[in-house]
Amino acid sequence: MTSSRAISRRQLLAGGLAAGAGLAVGGATGFGLARAAEPLDPGLQLVPFYGPHQAGIATAAQERIQFAAFDVLTDRRAELQDLLRTWTAAAAALTAGNPVGDLAGDPLRPPADTGEAVGLGAARLTLTLGVGPSLFGTPGNDRFGLASIRPAALAELPPFAHDQLDPASSDGDLCVQACAEDPQVAFHAIRVLARIGRGIVAIRWAQVGFGRTSSTTSQQATPRNLLGFLDGTNNVHGDDQQAMDTHIWVAPSDDPAWMHGGTYLVARRIRMRIEAWDRDSLGDQEATIGRHKLSGAPLGRAVERDPVNLAALGPDGQPVIPLGAHIRLAAPATNGGIELLRRGYSFTDGIDNATGQLDGGLFFICFQRDPRTGFVPVQTRLAASDALNEYIQHVGSGLFAIPPGTTAGGYIGETLFG
Amino acid sequence: MIKLRQAAAGFAVAVIVAACGTNGVPSGAAASLSPSRGSVAPDASAPLAADSVATYRTYLETNADLLVERTRLFVDAVVAAKVPAARALYASAREPYERIEPVAETFGDLDPAIDARENDVAAGAAFTGFHRLERALWQQNSLVGMAPIGKKLLADVITLQGLVKTVDLDPATIANGAVGLLNEVSASKITGEEDRYSHTDLWDFAANVVGAQEAFNAVRPLVAARSATLATTIDAGFQAVLDALQPYQKGTGFVLYNTLTAADTQPLSQLIDALADPLSQVAAIVVTAQ
Repeated sequence: MTSSRAISRRQLLAGGLAAGAGLAVGGATGFGLARAAEPLDPGLQLVPFYGPHQAGIATAAQERIQFAAFDVLTDRRAELQDLLRTWTAAAAALTAGNPVGDLAGDPLRPPADTGEAVGLGAARLTLTLGVGPSLFGTPGNDRFGLASIRPAALAELPPFAHDQLDPASSDGDLCVQACAEDPQVAFHAIRVLARIGRGIVAIRWAQVGFGRTSSTTSQQATPRNLLGFLDGTNNVHGDDQQAMDTHIWVAPSDDPAWMHGGTYLVARRIRMRIEAWDRDSLGDQEATIGRHKLSGAPLGRAVERDPVNLAALGPDGQPVIPLGAHIRLAAPATNGGIELLRRGYSFTDGIDNATGQLDGGLFFICFQRDPRTGFVPVQTRLAASDALNEYIQHVGSGLFAIPPGTTAGGYIGETLFG
Repeated sequence: MIKLRQAAAGFAVAVIVAACGTNGVPSGAAASLSPSRGSVAPDASAPLAADSVATYRTYLETNADLLVERTRLFVDAVVAAKVPAARALYASAREPYERIEPVAETFGDLDPAIDARENDVAAGAAFTGFHRLERALWQQNSLVGMAPIGKKLLADVITLQGLVKTVDLDPATIANGAVGLLNEVSASKITGEEDRYSHTDLWDFAANVVGAQEAFNAVRPLVAARSATLATTIDAGFQAVLDALQPYQKGTGFVLYNTLTAADTQPLSQLIDALADPLSQVAAIVVTAQ
């Protein structure tokens, strides 16, 4: 089925090389000029694209996300490599605030760049590319000759209790996480990459998110999720090198070698039963989460960053933080010291036509060194006992290996092809 | 299988063209094919815009004639109130129209009179043409009162047959017509809204694609002289779409569109998009060849 949908050819290689040349021109004549002529604006800040790790992980979380998972339509290894080369060149241009190709050339043909990001700057755009389990095929159907180097850590996620996953918004051969301070900059990036890849890849599912739900550096304030609670207080911080090396980045001692400096991304579309939550008493909401709603302090404490004392007992002899409270079950102390870098966003996609209720919630994203010892045991525990399960449902899921970063002249995913 | 995988990667071509220069043409090719001037004799082997126009005009007029011929049979059945006979003739009568629709659309109210869907018609305006008869045949299951609609349809396609002989054509217009036909597919055929009562959308789908391919083939020599890669990419893209339609063929026609699922229509839609992207590069290229 997949191969019969493939409509690509080797010309993409030429396309990729030509794109590189076109990008350089675009950089000199496109957004770059506009930037130099305008006063410096915080929205124009650049996040470096090249480096040992991909951007968009340790990067202080931007306010917006456009996430897309792709099916690869070809089964030719060279075409997949060509695509990743072309995407990398485009991503380098986009994250530098440049268009991909011309914005306005010949009136008789469509411009190469679609144009909606003109004047918006780079807006701290990061593009993070990942590869899903299905890209590695199976020993019987090894599409790209990658089956033998599939990381053990990229084992399919097990089914969790209460999952109601929609296959149409789950999985994928590739993913691109576009985060930016401006939603249109993030949208533009995904649109351009999808257009470049047309015929080679097709978007399988996509998710827009509008408010970061975690603080991912020691400097960032903790935001609120759609439940109205501070979320992501006890997160791994991208600027904590030691924690990143211990819990997030794939280490030189880990297998396989091509993932060194990479990480693993788990995405979950978590629908919130917002109407039911809004009927819940304040006391029960706080007991469900394990924090005070307004201050964000752990129950029984005064301020947000006060340590969570899971052992504390109240005057009634019961735990101050209930046994089913979300923060108890998600805490590293409950999970053998497991720490995840959470980098999720709130979403709303209108209403559920069947019920008229809001279709909104948390587009949960986390990064970890190994999902088998990261997301999987934590989610197994949460799915079994989290009091919050009454108000949430996991409806989409994706697992992706995020290869290491690259340098100018290289491309993301290059290590896959030895 | 092999054929399918030889088809096109749309934007890759767009990027190649974009990177080639301000007019989207590799400068070497443009120089060697510049129109000859002065005493130097024209290169007899160079493709001519006039040949492209002549080729497409023949196709256009042949289909306008066929449209009149088949519509006459269809309308005869409508006027005679023969529902099963009219149903059997409906899809094939539309076929020639769907191959050349962008040209028909240049004649003001003629396209709406012939081909408007019910929701295209403004409140209070008359709903006429093929889709009015389609509704009568499949939804109302009766042709009572439809004879005047049928006669008007036949008169309209005869008017169109005369008008297409007068239409101004140039290679860029022909190329843009091909893109327009594929946009028709992705806007209304792939959604199943074109033939919402009869579900014969795949006849229209295939006719749009074939019409676009003929339009492209007419200008293909001009394209190939500038970019052989673009020409073969588009060839392969057409082949991929036609191959993908193959499983849905049934007898001389197609299966009904309401038997297809999203899993069937999404790949078709993606193939159309992947073909239309490189095709959108053609107009700029053929203009420089004139």
